[in-house]
Amino acid sequence: MSVTKEDVRKVARLSRIAVSEDRLEPLANELTSIMGWIEQLNEVDVDGVEPMTSVVDATLPMRDDVVTDGNIQGQVLANAPKSEDGFFVVPKSVE
Amino acid sequence: MTDLTKLTLAAALDGLSAKAFSSRELTEAFIKEIEASNDTLNAYVVKTPEKALEMADAADARIAAGEAKALEGAPLGVKDLYCTKDVRTTACSNILGEFTPTYESTVTQQLWDRGAVMLGKLNMDEFAMGSSNETSRFGPPANPWRREGSNQNLTPGGSSGGSAAAVAADLCLGATASDTGGSIRQPASFTGTVGIKPTYGRASRYGMVAFASSLDQAGPIAKTVEDSAILLEAMCGHDAKDSTSLPEPVPAWRESVKQGVKGMKIGIPKEYRVDNMPEEIEALWAQGIKWLQEQGAEIVDVSLPHTRYALPAYYIVAPAEASSNLARYDGMRYGTRVQGDNLVGTYEGTRSEGFGAEVQRRLMIGTYVLSSGYYDAYYLRAQKVRTKILNDFIEAYEKCDALLTPTCPSAAFAYGEKADPVQMYLNDIFTVTANLAGLPGISVPAALDSQGLPLGLQVIGKALDEASCFRVAGAIEEAAGFVAKPHKWW
Repeated sequence: MSVTKEDVRKVARLSRIAVSEDRLEPLANELTSIMGWIEQLNEVDVDGVEPMTSVVDATLPMRDDVVTDGNIQGQVLANAPKSEDGFFVVPKSVE
Repeated sequence: MTDLTKLTLAAALDGLSAKAFSSRELTEAFIKEIEASNDTLNAYVVKTPEKALEMADAADARIAAGEAKALEGAPLGVKDLYCTKDVRTTACSNILGEFTPTYESTVTQQLWDRGAVMLGKLNMDEFAMGSSNETSRFGPPANPWRREGSNQNLTPGGSSGGSAAAVAADLCLGATASDTGGSIRQPASFTGTVGIKPTYGRASRYGMVAFASSLDQAGPIAKTVEDSAILLEAMCGHDAKDSTSLPEPVPAWRESVKQGVKGMKIGIPKEYRVDNMPEEIEALWAQGIKWLQEQGAEIVDVSLPHTRYALPAYYIVAPAEASSNLARYDGMRYGTRVQGDNLVGTYEGTRSEGFGAEVQRRLMIGTYVLSSGYYDAYYLRAQKVRTKILNDFIEAYEKCDALLTPTCPSAAFAYGEKADPVQMYLNDIFTVTANLAGLPGISVPAALDSQGLPLGLQVIGKALDEASCFRVAGAIEEAAGFVAKPHKWW
């Protein structure tokens, strides 16, 4: 299995990571080597095997549908790169 | 007075409760030691001496009032993966900038509720992705241990390298760590310390920076098996804020440590005898088997046939979950934002500047294996292989109570010695199975190699049976009589 430069370009875009043109080839080689090593999983017969969920049988717990916190606007915004008047300020996303 | 920083946690707690010394005296001794050593060892990435002294004074007041709790007055270090209120928490990644949580992780809150004192935040691989602590934005810590006659710095392992280095160098009584593929046990093995990862779900993940949610688990690194039991008891317990937290009571694990192994059946998995395993590791393993036999345990051979598929399965599951978890770092709500020409440009710039090379590599692998049309071939298949790995363990445990293996295929290595990613990944070969199967595993120091570096043995237990891990590790600790400390060069 070979990961191509085009694959890396696509995956980088999907990952929202800018990758410069000269890094595409080395990354393709690295990913090819890692994915090649991972390929050995194809040897395992997994017919009829359930995917693992948890080691101890557990069902997802339910809680009452009630508000448990709130009124912490200051805390929510405390680490914002940019905020104004109680709002996050983000780049324009609608043309 | 003896050097307070050299005490075990158990001895320090005894001394505090007997009022042989105060928490302030103990805490001041650690602050002084950290000041003198940290520039060289780089174990702490945030130091909180003022907060520590404040907490120590409060602990002293409770001791005086006869209200001391389980960890009253004990100074601890916290891996930078745990959110600590008002103390910068970045998982050693640039992308979190100066992120300062407005809330506390459940695990650390439980430590403070029991009277522990926080000395600071400890170095780690960026987002816990690494086995050498080299990927930290703050640079790697140094292992207090060096090869005999050498002044080359070695890695304390990873990802909890700062925790392991700090405990080994007496810069705290014990530390929190976390383990996704071996990140508690491998650093413990590399530094002559004890580290345990409990059963998945024992400790709450609330407030821990997420890496791979189905594998991540909290645990301590400590100086002795008993110390690790004391800390684990304080860290575990059900938490409604983590839906995978198990509603199980926390046993009195400290009592298991000295129970001995008489009558226990210890399994030796033949698949852990890997190609090119150094003779010293093989010999250590044989020695461990002999120790347990001499103490009355029965040794049984077992087989875990899918062991060799554990690492490849891990390198699908962990990156896939990471790519999903780390999607939150978009530069909008917290962390560092790198402004681009448009919204996508801002995302891409923020993430390529903010994430280091190893994190980027794993995010791309994760995105690749989850991308359209590949889910069944990779993630789903890997999750099915996990079931096969767990079934191997369940079958083996029909014949034994716990398994004994080496913790790592080598002693600590030097920075840059493992440049190929796959070579680095192979370091987790003995530890990663317990994460995939969700089982508890402990590493206990057992010997020094021919170069004077510590080597650990690992005990893997049944689900929720940390008690057996502590029993076997306690027996090994006693038989090994491991008291070596690194020669102080820092």
